[in-house]
Amino acid sequence: MNPIKISTRGLTFFYGEQQVLFGNDLDIAQGKVTAIIGPSGCGKSTHIRVYNRIYELYRDQRATGRVLLDGKNILANDEDLIELRRRVGMIFQKPTPFPMTVYDNVAYGLKMHYKLSRSEMRDRVEEALKQAALWDEVKDELSRPGMALSGGQQQRLCIARAIAVEPEVLLMDEPTSAIDPVATARIEELIESFKGRYTVAIVTHNMQQAARISDFTAFFFEGKIVEFGATEKIFTNPDEKQTEDYITGRFG
Amino acid sequence: MTAIRKKSAGASKSDLVYRLVAVGAAAVVLILMAGLMLELTVNSWPSIRKFGVGFLGSTSWNPVTEEFGALSSIFGTLVSTAIAMIIAVPLSLLIALFLVELAPPAISRPVGYAIELLAAVPSIIFGMWGLFVFAPFMADHVQPVLRDRLGFLPLFDGPPMGIGMLTAGIILALMVLPFITAVVRDVFRMVPPVVKEASYGMGSTTWEVTRRVTVKYGFSGLLGAVFLGLGRAVGETMAVTFVIGNSHDVSSSLFAAGNSIASTLANEFTEASEPVYLSSLIELGLVLFVMTLLIQIAAQLWIRRVAQKAGGGL
Repeated sequence: MNPIKISTRGLTFFYGEQQVLFGNDLDIAQGKVTAIIGPSGCGKSTHIRVYNRIYELYRDQRATGRVLLDGKNILANDEDLIELRRRVGMIFQKPTPFPMTVYDNVAYGLKMHYKLSRSEMRDRVEEALKQAALWDEVKDELSRPGMALSGGQQQRLCIARAIAVEPEVLLMDEPTSAIDPVATARIEELIESFKGRYTVAIVTHNMQQAARISDFTAFFFEGKIVEFGATEKIFTNPDEKQTEDYITGRFG
Repeated sequence: MTAIRKKSAGASKSDLVYRLVAVGAAAVVLILMAGLMLELTVNSWPSIRKFGVGFLGSTSWNPVTEEFGALSSIFGTLVSTAIAMIIAVPLSLLIALFLVELAPPAISRPVGYAIELLAAVPSIIFGMWGLFVFAPFMADHVQPVLRDRLGFLPLFDGPPMGIGMLTAGIILALMVLPFITAVVRDVFRMVPPVVKEASYGMGSTTWEVTRRVTVKYGFSGLLGAVFLGLGRAVGETMAVTFVIGNSHDVSSSLFAAGNSIASTLANEFTEASEPVYLSSLIELGLVLFVMTLLIQIAAQLWIRRVAQKAGGGL
């Protein structure tokens, strides 16, 4: 078994009074892509939103249990959220470029987390854009507004912005659901190129996508993890009837 | 078949009526604007002919010799408005920021209502409060301190009389504050939560999210809010008339009495017996009208440029 980057134990989650996650146990392998699948409203997005504690922006949301990042519980009160979010980046369903230039978008996190000279900054921005396979398309347009790019480019810009600060984990919440098929293929290629370098947890409602790009797959249903294992096994020979019904399209 | 055609003919007829009414309603605005402009110009004519462009640059205001100039009024309008904006804009941003980003609903809701109520207070109330309560307070507690600490600046030199440019500017700030705050709050609220989440997700603090993302996202909206306040401050009459002191002097001290275009009109319109006096006052009105127009045009151009540069946002 691979080394574990994130180890979740007994994670429960509440929106006000309503409980939506019930004692989730899940291990995210280091340097691998772990896909989280399941029907709408099963809690898969909620689950990964605990990993960077972004849910805390909303007063009525709370999580209990333990989420161990490199063995340390990030739900502990003394966790440094700013450093946690540098280490654990997030990509959203819709591209979220900030209202600034392409260059400033990528430099956004760098300016916050590092003290860099102008030339170091430029190198880091270029490096991030290259890693996000966007450099060739935008290298002459770095001072254009990020919002003027196409949808797929915007999403890769957000990926560049996230990896610029050298995170260890990337959380992706249905990153291709608002993007056309060609752009989706490019982002999938990108995610595959991240293997070994970043630990990726990706929520997707697209089962082909999960099968194509992930090493491990967790199937969520009604806030519980029904089955978790190597992607190949989940998609060819699942243990649970429910998993089989879902991946063969009998429900969900 | 005929029934359908008949019906569609009827529909297109009602469409025509609807269009005519809508165009007519919109035209009223333009006609009103043009009429105002024309009327002001025609009635200003005696003054324009007598004083020419010099009207704008002269500080004399003498009903006896019938020498009139607009400079002190223009100066007072600009200075009192500037003071108001310098105070009101940052304060509004902070209040709106608190209401949207920091306060729990149990606090932000009542405070929000209070601000909307403040916007509904008639300006005469502000003026009376300013004259009877705030100006004495300024004279006793604020201006002496300012003079002692910053008296080496000509801005804070002179006798602390209470009424004057500074007091008028502060009262104006209080009056435009609720308007700017209400719009800024709505602008902040319209920034999509996911964009803020993305910024927090990069490890930003609330302050960084606000400064680097929320404010930029809504920048054209914020500009709109500022110019809304500015437009109100420039033309505000009653409250300013009460506290500005109504003297036709240009002074470097903010403690000194002054006047604004609107306060001069309110004060002197009934006294203007001579045709040139009256005409000069009307020309002052024309100047105010043109100033407001220029501000609005500048605002529109600026907002458009900002929106283009951001390539999106609100």
